[in-house]
Amino acid sequence: MAECHPVGFQWVMEAKARGAKVIHIDPRFTRTSALSDLHVPLRAGTDIAFLGGIINHVLHNDRYFRDYVVAYTNAPVLLREDFRDTEDLDGVFSGLDPDHRTYDNSTWQYEGTEIQAASGARDQEYEKRTEGGSSVAEAARGEAHGAGGPPLGEGEPERDETLTHPRCVFQVLKRHYARYTPELVEEVCGVPQAVFRQVCELVADNSGRERTTAFVYSVGWTQHTVGVQYIRAASILQTLLGNIGRPGGGILALRGHASIQGSTDIPTLFNLLPGYIPLPHAHRQQDLSAFVQAEAAHKGYWAPMREYLVSLLKAYWGEAATPDNDFCFDYLPRLTGSHATYETAMAQLEGTCKGYFVLGENPAVGHGNSKLQRLAMANLDWLVVRDFSLVESATWWLDGPEIETGELRTEDIRTEVFFLPAAAHTEKDGSFTNTQRLLQWHHQAVAPPGEARSDLWFTFHLGRLIRQKLAGSSDPMDRPVLDLTWDYPTKGELVEPDAEAVLAEINGYDADGNPLASYAQLKADGSTACGCWIYCGVYADGVNQAARRKPGAEQDWVAAEWAWAWPANRRTLYNRASADPEGRPWSDRKALVWWDEHQARWVGHDVPDIDVDKSPGDRPPPDATGPGALSGVDPFIMQADGKAWLYVPTGLTDGPLPAHYEPQDSPFRNLLYGHQRNPVRQLLAPHPDNRYQPSGGDPGTEVFPYVATTYRLTEHHTAGGMSRWLPYLAELQPEFFCEVSPELAAECGLEHTGWATIVSARGVIEARVLVTDRMPPLTVQGRTLHQVGLPYHWGPNGYSTGDAANELLHLAMDPNSQIQESKAFAVDIRAGRRPRGPASVELVRSYRTRAGIDARTGTEL
Amino acid sequence: MGVRTWIDSWPVYRQLTGTDPLGRGAAAKSGRSERLTPRVASADRVVKSVCPYCAVGCGQNVYVQDERVTQIEGDPDSPISRGRLCPKGSASLQLTTGDAREHYVLHRRPHGTGWERLDLDTAMNMIADRVIEARRAGWQWQVDETRTRRTLGIASLGGATLDNEENYLIKKLFTALGAIQIENQARV
Repeated sequence: MAECHPVGFQWVMEAKARGAKVIHIDPRFTRTSALSDLHVPLRAGTDIAFLGGIINHVLHNDRYFRDYVVAYTNAPVLLREDFRDTEDLDGVFSGLDPDHRTYDNSTWQYEGTEIQAASGARDQEYEKRTEGGSSVAEAARGEAHGAGGPPLGEGEPERDETLTHPRCVFQVLKRHYARYTPELVEEVCGVPQAVFRQVCELVADNSGRERTTAFVYSVGWTQHTVGVQYIRAASILQTLLGNIGRPGGGILALRGHASIQGSTDIPTLFNLLPGYIPLPHAHRQQDLSAFVQAEAAHKGYWAPMREYLVSLLKAYWGEAATPDNDFCFDYLPRLTGSHATYETAMAQLEGTCKGYFVLGENPAVGHGNSKLQRLAMANLDWLVVRDFSLVESATWWLDGPEIETGELRTEDIRTEVFFLPAAAHTEKDGSFTNTQRLLQWHHQAVAPPGEARSDLWFTFHLGRLIRQKLAGSSDPMDRPVLDLTWDYPTKGELVEPDAEAVLAEINGYDADGNPLASYAQLKADGSTACGCWIYCGVYADGVNQAARRKPGAEQDWVAAEWAWAWPANRRTLYNRASADPEGRPWSDRKALVWWDEHQARWVGHDVPDIDVDKSPGDRPPPDATGPGALSGVDPFIMQADGKAWLYVPTGLTDGPLPAHYEPQDSPFRNLLYGHQRNPVRQLLAPHPDNRYQPSGGDPGTEVFPYVATTYRLTEHHTAGGMSRWLPYLAELQPEFFCEVSPELAAECGLEHTGWATIVSARGVIEARVLVTDRMPPLTVQGRTLHQVGLPYHWGPNGYSTGDAANELLHLAMDPNSQIQESKAFAVDIRAGRRPRGPASVELVRSYRTRAGIDARTGTEL
Repeated sequence: MGVRTWIDSWPVYRQLTGTDPLGRGAAAKSGRSERLTPRVASADRVVKSVCPYCAVGCGQNVYVQDERVTQIEGDPDSPISRGRLCPKGSASLQLTTGDAREHYVLHRRPHGTGWERLDLDTAMNMIADRVIEARRAGWQWQVDETRTRRTLGIASLGGATLDNEENYLIKKLFTALGAIQIENQARV
């Protein structure tokens, strides 16, 4: 955090100055470690074993926050008799279909009821909830299951508040993690038992009524074949300890781009519509009602999905969207499986996808297995790159690695390339959503230079031109484009669209065009329009709330009048949980919101995350639906049962509980289960440039004996597009390097400031060597493990240059998030520079031969 | 120059007699440095902004003089950053005004061996034509007799460095075009 979010880290230091203990868990010693009370190096790719060990410690020693757990989580809920855990089936859960590598999640549901998830693979429940409407055959894992059976009501699940019933979530959890002992953590993670016990005690001692503990993570947790389950493991721990919805608690994702949160909320992502409404999967006879019936929850704030979706369709298609035509629901394209970025690259290689826009991203060096990205772009008809400088994604056809090796010849590449210069943040109005869900407006300072334009300008005018060219078309394919509301006011010489008018549409308006103030106002009858329901209120009263800048020094610690947080300017989500079931703060020290008997409403420092007049004693009738069906003790208002899920009955593709699996490419055997890897991890169709490696002692494992992990530096940004061209930053970090321990340097003959060559089954790169104690060797399964640190900012262009670490990666992905495994993979390292030209390709081929690698290697269940 | 002024201009004298015995402030100042003013002092206006790098969202003050950005500094008002910027944020002036930025449209023809200039309007029209064509070529009304109403012909990547409003228009336009392969940095 001190490295990649240094200015945010000042608050960690403020907490430390007030007595907080800071623990840093990372394979490397970094600036964060230097300022922490305890640094715990661990083997990359083993955090579920580590977190599972803490969960076991908390359960085994009764260190959990019992009142919180009983009242606010699904710990007391009974599971079905036919559910089987990884403990019963040696590493898989019940419902595995080994032929299709998917789980049928029917047996994971609560006893006697059926519940819908607040996010994730909500399409899992489609067939059960619609009694038919089967999806198309090629649907990806977790998106449709043929289990059948009668649809179950979403009634009250059976509970055992003593937490002793053998089938209650609490007992299942206890059994699931019973073998995650300090001894096992030491063997798997390479963390000595004494250090591990110290972490357990620090975390447990600092949680409960009086104290809270926060976990902070970044892509070190997400970029794994089990990344979502890493976060889930932290969720279980934090929920057991009562650290969610309370000040100083939480699981905080530190995101790495100015508006990566915004581009997730208003998603330029294949599977979502704005506000986390799923983009429909293809089903037979699917209309708006069938979709909502299948995907919406019966209770809580996902119940009004129809209101949110109809308002979005009205924002998209305006007057064309009417009750008679299902508000143009049919205009939405449908999914048939994963269409994530790595599948898109495969579609480009196959020739299905012919045109590609790359907008401020640099996949030619920034994506996993960068070579596949470049080969895919070399098979396009056309490519449009919008950026500040000529990033590698714009120039691979001229000077990319494949030109050097002779694998591609510029003259043979038929891809037409357009480079369009982009406007900077100082040259346009607009809002970023930061990592704490805060929308902050930045104002235009000057006009963009030359032909540089904002992406607002580009998208608006591209749409305008396409609509112009298609005007008069009677092809039904073109109706959604022609019916689109696309009449934004523009200003100035450049005919720049008014960003605030777009923000107003995102916020939403009523039938008279008045700005809405809250998503509670959204209607399903078409009388409201709203471009992103969770952002409703950002333009309340016609005022740009994101532009509010009352100085922090003139406000309390919540600083509610600085910018605007979604939803409803609420700064801490689920803050109802900061009070006990009766509505009193768990402790004075940790008071955030509470029930005021006199006013008969919720009050406090933050906007309460519950209907303000819903008393703690409120118990709606059993047949109630929607937000009103939540009781006064249901703090997790997005969940269909109002509770935090220690156990996830639906929504995940790879299991209701996190289990430790080894990374796709690992030198070590899985000590916990017979299954080495996540059995339903997402693998791409075999491709000669995406070979997986032998693992866990299989013949050939020894060819790649070291564990590598990628990361960022303070002085550069992501794939370098915004930093390698800046002389200041290039001077601070002038070229690519790798970090190795003195012991590994001695073993391989690496010299400090000399060169190293790093090889995987996919590629070879060279890096300057930094020999440092910051990369300590660990003892894992009785032997010494060396890890190699690889900052991934580089490519051949710009002032600061070097090979791209992402050349080494394979594409095996998390089956929930489709994110690649950058943070733990196996490599070899040797002294000296890499070969040039065809010899470079030959070297990788010789490694594959030595390790006995073919198309099947590493694809085992 | 009188004797008094001459002696006063001698730093060691000022150091010994003035309020700066360590010679690290007023005593060491030359006439030239005394007349210098920070470039932010002469700015025509200060525009409130947000750092474009990571997602912490540090406040920035953008100083503009003669319609050019002359300096970017941390905004002390921000309760998030309290005026601080990291090395990247501090380099924002170079990011936005540096000479590594391209200012004009470039085009590489199929099989071409170099860049050529292209007028922005021409480029926009060419791109619009290509979108229409690739969209049709990749169109799928149905897959396995199930309605899909989509195209696999075009894809878009990127959004995490862009504004919410920009992401909104990208998603809206491409969804209406039937494109589903719309992705950004959040996927990696």
